[in-house]
Amino acid sequence: MSDSNELQAILAQAKEAFAGVDTLNDLEQVKARFLGKQGLLTERLKQLGTLPAEARKEAGAAINQVKVEVESLINARKDALRDAELARQLAEETIDVTLPGRGNERGGLHPVTRTLDRIAALFHSMGFAVADGPEIETDFYNFTALNTPDNHPARSMHDTFYLAGSAHLLRTHTSPIQVHFMENNQPPFRVIAPGRVYRVDSDATHSPMFHQVEGLWIDESASFADLKGLLTDFLQRFFEKDDLKVRFRPSFFPFTEPSAEVDMGCVFCNGDGCRVCSHSGWLEVGGCGMVHPNVLASVNIDSERYQGFAFGMGPDRLAMLRYGVNDLRLFYENDLRFLRQFRG
Amino acid sequence: MKFSENWLRSLAPVSLSTADLSHQLTMAGLEVESLEPAAPAFTGVVIGHVLSVEKHPDADRLNLCQVDVGEAQPLQIVCGAKNVAVGVKVPCARVGAVLPKMNIGQAKVRGIESFGMLCSQTELGLAEESDGLWLLPADAPVGENIRVWAELDDNSLTLKLTPNRADCLSLNGLAREVAALTGSGWSVPEYPVIQPAHDAARAVKLTAADGCPRYCGRVIRGIDSQAATPEWMKRRLERSGIRSISAVVDITNYVLLEMGQPLHAFDLAKISGDIEVRWAAENEELELLNGTNAKLQSDMLVIADREKALALAGVMGGNFSAVSDSTVDIFLESAFFMPDAIMGKGRRLNLTSDSSHRYERGVDFAMTRNAMERATGLILEIAGGAAGSIVEQQAALPRRNPVKLRVARASRVLGIPLDMPQVQSLLQRQQFGFVEQNGELLVTPPSWRFDLEIEVDFIEEIARMHGYDSIPAAEPKAELRMLPQPEARLPFVELKQRLAGRDYQEVVTFSFVDESWETGLMANDKPVKLANPIASDMSVMRSGLWGSMLETLQTNLKRQQDRVRVFELGRCFAVDGGGFDQALRLGGLAYGLALPEQWGEAKRPVDFFDVKADIATLLGSSVEYVAAQHPALHPGQSARIVRNGQEIGWLGVLHPKWRQQYGLPQAPVLFELDTAMLSQSTLPAYREISRLPQVRRDIAVLVKREVEVSQMLAAMQSVAADFVTDLTVFDIYRGKGIDFDKKSVAFRVLMQDTQKTLSDEETEPAVQNLIRILQEKFAAELRQ
Repeated sequence: MSDSNELQAILAQAKEAFAGVDTLNDLEQVKARFLGKQGLLTERLKQLGTLPAEARKEAGAAINQVKVEVESLINARKDALRDAELARQLAEETIDVTLPGRGNERGGLHPVTRTLDRIAALFHSMGFAVADGPEIETDFYNFTALNTPDNHPARSMHDTFYLAGSAHLLRTHTSPIQVHFMENNQPPFRVIAPGRVYRVDSDATHSPMFHQVEGLWIDESASFADLKGLLTDFLQRFFEKDDLKVRFRPSFFPFTEPSAEVDMGCVFCNGDGCRVCSHSGWLEVGGCGMVHPNVLASVNIDSERYQGFAFGMGPDRLAMLRYGVNDLRLFYENDLRFLRQFRG
Repeated sequence: MKFSENWLRSLAPVSLSTADLSHQLTMAGLEVESLEPAAPAFTGVVIGHVLSVEKHPDADRLNLCQVDVGEAQPLQIVCGAKNVAVGVKVPCARVGAVLPKMNIGQAKVRGIESFGMLCSQTELGLAEESDGLWLLPADAPVGENIRVWAELDDNSLTLKLTPNRADCLSLNGLAREVAALTGSGWSVPEYPVIQPAHDAARAVKLTAADGCPRYCGRVIRGIDSQAATPEWMKRRLERSGIRSISAVVDITNYVLLEMGQPLHAFDLAKISGDIEVRWAAENEELELLNGTNAKLQSDMLVIADREKALALAGVMGGNFSAVSDSTVDIFLESAFFMPDAIMGKGRRLNLTSDSSHRYERGVDFAMTRNAMERATGLILEIAGGAAGSIVEQQAALPRRNPVKLRVARASRVLGIPLDMPQVQSLLQRQQFGFVEQNGELLVTPPSWRFDLEIEVDFIEEIARMHGYDSIPAAEPKAELRMLPQPEARLPFVELKQRLAGRDYQEVVTFSFVDESWETGLMANDKPVKLANPIASDMSVMRSGLWGSMLETLQTNLKRQQDRVRVFELGRCFAVDGGGFDQALRLGGLAYGLALPEQWGEAKRPVDFFDVKADIATLLGSSVEYVAAQHPALHPGQSARIVRNGQEIGWLGVLHPKWRQQYGLPQAPVLFELDTAMLSQSTLPAYREISRLPQVRRDIAVLVKREVEVSQMLAAMQSVAADFVTDLTVFDIYRGKGIDFDKKSVAFRVLMQDTQKTLSDEETEPAVQNLIRILQEKFAAELRQ
């Protein structure tokens, strides 16, 4: 029994020794004291040979049992130490996840081009192509081909920038793109033409450079009723307001007949009247009409067979209404604090 | 066009309220721009007659007045106005009156009872300031409500008329329009013929009959040129935006407004001989009513006597023959000038007038004589005198050819069903004459319309009368066809989004810039100049975007934004032979820190290579950067960007001299790319990827500092084995341990074959080849 007591003592000794160990390294050394080449239990096993054969088996089993127990003690301690070490490592590696991400930020588009892109996308969804044209124009494309001959009173509606020592001018509207497009394409077609335009005018509501988007739809049946439908649909989609009221008033443009001015219900007061709409409840957002037969004739389109409409809108104004910008000049000052508000 | 609402109502039977009338006009294309009441609301003010004025016993500046207001007993009123006097007629606010800014009650003024207040125009809200009481004419009826007597329940309406509706530049025209809109009838008033009282006359010769096909002249003798204009006329003129000047001028203006016919009165004594309507001689001089001395041109029409031009026809009279307050006899003109003869002439001389405004757009040529009678009648009535007979000359008036109008066509254009009776009734409302022929209509444009020439013009009239509001908003139908979607072309939206993704903000700047940006920064000695710039710092069209980018930078630096990354997509302009190059360019600028100041990265200013990486996202492959000089850029830090031998843009750091001149603390990096080249990318094409192991070898060499890495890479590429899949520079070192004029360049060579695993026997010679070419071409020394 003394053997058995001794073994239990070794086990108790091991328990105590392992509990006092704090690192895996120390644990290996302590382990050697019991299980190493000269370890207490190893020594015991070596001495088995000195025992009588019949006692050997029993004694061996007893030592082995203690050895297994010691090994399991070591493993348990090893696991505990590993867990502790991992916990320490994790604690050490913990970061402040609320800190901002590293690197560059994101820039953004200008509110007017953002608006132009939105307009283009809406019309694209109805099969409109996009056309472009020069900004330095000839008198012919800007006026004459649009049924506005020299001296026509309508010309005084446009304060035109002229180039020095040249018959050219800066286009006063995007309508010349219509003419370029029709010269090079045969109906039926649907197209929009966004771009910069220029007029000699500058105050809180006028900028010497601003934007327009022109639209043109020519086929054999595109009617004034269709024009009303299209622009009403567009404005309701653009402002994401299904009950937005849109009205058409007779107006005059030399290149359309009949012509109309397009008003929409004021988005700020819902038509009740406010400062933005001069208490009328309506906001002017564009001009439109059925393309004048003289314009079609100037690009050799048979106006008996084909008909259709053109419209022009001011993206600057649409952007102001959409985003609540109250001064047109902000668009061209390019203050980053203003522009960044449209990053989204 | 500004006019008095009551005046219109006196000419047309309108039962609509003011608001409804305005709405109807606006929806008919005659947009009511503003509506101002003639007077604010007030009550209880009548015309009073001051019977006596005594000093207030206890106040020096106050008077005690007895005022007759048409009742048995006069009212006792205390009044402080200086111009109060016995016998004057003035507005009197009675007890209980509610004035715009006060209520009148019975009051004691310094101990004396006062039963009302005598009023100035200011107190009635009719004027901002007034000098004492409003003194009314002697014949003003005592006791009458001042609002009734002065017609204060009136409004001034201002229409924003489109140039095609000259017919609505008169009260008669508006009356006709309102009648058409409301469906009530209207006909031109009768203008009684005035019988000649003497036989004085001037003969009229139409030398320029093509410009003036109708001219009426009449001599009126013995007028009182100092006669007063009656109140009612003054009132209507003022509420229509015309200041009263003298009886004769007021009458011509009144008829102009009423009938739309401009008239001109000459001082007969200043006319020598007969009247001639002719084209001006080139450089003929004429001193105009506004005092300017006009140099005329041969396409301008004048009214002349035997000696000289007296008036610029249809635009403005001359000073010499103007009616003055000593004029006794006048020659009155009522004429029809062709729109083409007047269009643009005034503008060329920087002149506009109510006359030219109407003549340019078209005046009713059937009213010339009526207007003469109307004006004569008013002159005789107001200024006295005796009229002679009308001398009239007439040539070919504008043609009014019947226009074919098809009901089916109108229906197709408007997109609504229409039938013949409906169309006829809509035309009748406008008093258009027509006949029906083979199911079509032949409509004759009336003399008062100059905008009805072809079928669609009448279709618009049908639509207006039908009401634009009554045309339904249809869902358009179309043949569907897909739009082309070229995949190898990057849409501009995509280019812009890529830059935005690299922290650039899009800006939109003016295409016209200060000339110094062009001549200095861009070294452009032939900028495209504007003839009429809006400001001197916006006088030339830009040939590049950098001036605008730098201006945007300055604006933002001033506003304490110290990191600026902006780009713009805009056209740039240059003279190109007889025309203009108007390329669409994408330009940008980066300034300040490479990254926004942050906790996790060290601060470092942005440099050439940061921006090079940014624009690489737009350029794709096969782009070369060639060191080159640009007037705006640092000579050692600028590159021309080339693709397939063609320049597509520039990248570089702003030249220090400009940086200094523009007062920039740091140097911005600038780029500009031609979008025509940019948006052409190539379609992806698949190449087999290898599943076999990849071998990496690094080569580090020492070369002269000025050797360009791109040259070294190109040389290596030219001798690289097929299985070399990638050659990249991964380190550049200059400094300690290396000669001052040398640099160390390290390349990574990746090798991989798709068919077999590469052996050292294959890769080693390949690497040696690469090293050899570097040694041969660049005297490279291999580093260990």
